[in-house]
Amino acid sequence: MTIGLGHYLTVAACLFTLGIFGIFINRKNVIVILMSIELILLAVNINLVAFSHFNADLVGQVFALFVLTVAAAESAIGLAIIVVYFRNRGSIAVEDINMMKG
Amino acid sequence: MIYAAIVLLPLAGALIAGLFGRIIGDRPSEIITTSFLFLAAVLSWIVFVQVAFGHETHTVQLLRWITSGELDVSWTLKVDTLTAVMLVVVTTVSSLVHLYSIGYMHEDDSRSRFFAYLSLFTFAMLMLVTSDNLIQMFFGWEGVGLASYLLIGFWYKKPAANAAAIKAFVVNRVGDFGFALGIFGLFFVFRTVNFDAIFAAVPGVAGKTFLFAGYEVDILTTLSLLLFMGAMGKSAQFLLHTWLPDAMEGPTPVSALIHAATMVTAGVFMVARLSPIFELAPHALAFVTLIGAITAFFAATVALVQNDIKRVVAYSTCSQLGYMFVACGVGAYGAGIFHLFTHAFFKALLFLGSGSVIHAMHHEQDMRAMGGLRKKIPWTFAAMVVGTLSITGVGIPHLTGFSGFYSKDAIIEAAYAANTPNNYAFWLLVIGALMTAFYSWRLIFMTFYGETRADHHTYDHAHESPANMMVPLAVLSLGAIVAGVAFAGYFIGHDEKEFWGAALFRSDSNHILHEMHGVPEWVGYSSFVAMLIGFGIAWLYYIRAPWLPAATARAFKPLYQFLLNKWYFDELYDAIFVRPAFAIGRFLWKGGDGAVIDGAIDGTAAGVGRVTERVVKLQTGYLYHYAFAMLIGVAALLTWLTYNGLFVGVSK
Repeated sequence: MTIGLGHYLTVAACLFTLGIFGIFINRKNVIVILMSIELILLAVNINLVAFSHFNADLVGQVFALFVLTVAAAESAIGLAIIVVYFRNRGSIAVEDINMMKG
Repeated sequence: MIYAAIVLLPLAGALIAGLFGRIIGDRPSEIITTSFLFLAAVLSWIVFVQVAFGHETHTVQLLRWITSGELDVSWTLKVDTLTAVMLVVVTTVSSLVHLYSIGYMHEDDSRSRFFAYLSLFTFAMLMLVTSDNLIQMFFGWEGVGLASYLLIGFWYKKPAANAAAIKAFVVNRVGDFGFALGIFGLFFVFRTVNFDAIFAAVPGVAGKTFLFAGYEVDILTTLSLLLFMGAMGKSAQFLLHTWLPDAMEGPTPVSALIHAATMVTAGVFMVARLSPIFELAPHALAFVTLIGAITAFFAATVALVQNDIKRVVAYSTCSQLGYMFVACGVGAYGAGIFHLFTHAFFKALLFLGSGSVIHAMHHEQDMRAMGGLRKKIPWTFAAMVVGTLSITGVGIPHLTGFSGFYSKDAIIEAAYAANTPNNYAFWLLVIGALMTAFYSWRLIFMTFYGETRADHHTYDHAHESPANMMVPLAVLSLGAIVAGVAFAGYFIGHDEKEFWGAALFRSDSNHILHEMHGVPEWVGYSSFVAMLIGFGIAWLYYIRAPWLPAATARAFKPLYQFLLNKWYFDELYDAIFVRPAFAIGRFLWKGGDGAVIDGAIDGTAAGVGRVTERVVKLQTGYLYHYAFAMLIGVAALLTWLTYNGLFVGVSK
């Protein structure tokens, strides 16, 4: 069996869905949400690389590198926010973060 | 130049005292306004001699005021004999009142304001009498109304004074409504507001009709009646008279100047000034006569029983204004203006004399708490007696007399000569003369004769007023004595035609001045006899048998109450106009404004609040809810776009 574009896209779709559900099924830890976002970005990267390969166009892979860079920066900032938040409120459980409740 | 000075000097005084009174102080304000007024008075007498005896008439344009389309109004001083007479009356009385007020108001702590108002009033009155067009006249007309309002309410801490000021203003609005309509009508018909142009065009529309309020009516009659409505308000004629007695809440010098000598006579002046219009509207003139006669009679009856010294004089003023209107109504404009002229002297004298009495009695105005003041304030007593002799028309027929003798008898004779139905005007005026004599002497007897009814403290401290109050009384006394003798020949006698020149208009069929000299002998004596009877009754009631007034009041209790309550006019108007107006106002306030408007606006605001409160509840604050909503939204949007084939273009 040869592995075609469809397989890559399927894997990426599975990862994307996992990431989405990770965001709003999760009730415990905000770090899990960060990880889920990472997962979504990975799924997108897989799509970019796959299309790049099958269309013989390097632009896709270059773009994937950009996404990785931005993802790294995003995780760094996200983790920093979480640390500050924990210092202030003593909890990073998702259920406790509802100050915007009306 | 001299004319402009007469008009503008009081304005300058008013501005200086009004704007800078606090800086320069009360005493300089008094001196400036009073000396300006005396200067204006001297200039007025010079003008009077020039114009009335030199027969020069002048029209001086000061500035162009309004030019808009056909409307061309300029600020112009028109000085003919009628204006000159009014100038003399206004500036003389005003300057004397200014001088008098220095003494009368010396305890008041806002004197510069008072003198500013007095001078402002004088300026407005001079604008009114020198006007050469209707708009300028209306400006002066409203200006004196404003000054009157300010001066009646001068003691603004007194609720009664404020109420009286508002009443005067509101009642005058009723009259001014008619006056304004009349001015609009004149402009509508003649396309100009200039007197000379209107007077030239009036004969052309005599007898013609126009559409007014849905009816075809005679132009001149309708307009004259509307204009007369303004005169009724300003001159406190029957039905619109209720404000004048209440206006006595103001300081007494104000009553003397505004509510006796000058402003209230503006209506008479207006009718005389517009005589070319009125003269061609006989029905309107008949109405003027009717209202004048009723007022003369009605006000005299009320004056019979009043106890407030100023109110007696106020009703007397109202009554005398009725005489003037009767004179105008029967076409004897000269006699009306003559009575205006003499009345200004003796009525200002009576008011200032009353003021002197009130001053002596420490602001006691009730005549029941006076009496026996003859010995305490002899000079005031003498002045008041002169005023009373003049107003009751004391004189020797065919020989000489006080000023009222000439002017009032002329009016009564004119009323007889006019042949009103059943001679009603004549009889009402003669009975009025009888009552005038009664109430005037009643005032003298109650105030100056008999045992004093004042408490001892007040009576012992009663004192003659200072010189600056007595000098005006002396000057006015002189006027009340000689004004008739000196001027009767010019105003109503042989030199009448030359004297008035073109200032007063009489149609060719108007021979009233000729006829009034040909009335039967007994008519000439009737007013004399009426005056004697009135004096006799007053003497009987208040000197000979002092128990009679109370007995009479008991015997005719309903009539007495009827008169004491001024024919219940205030109560009637209160029930017909004031209360419904208040009820409507309260309904619109509580119901319209409070319930409907406030309810709608506040309700909307409260509704928005309630809705948003529920919307706020939708916000859980949980991140995953927002993320879920976002996802559903994106999914829905994508689905919708896909179904509608909107990606077709993109995919190509």
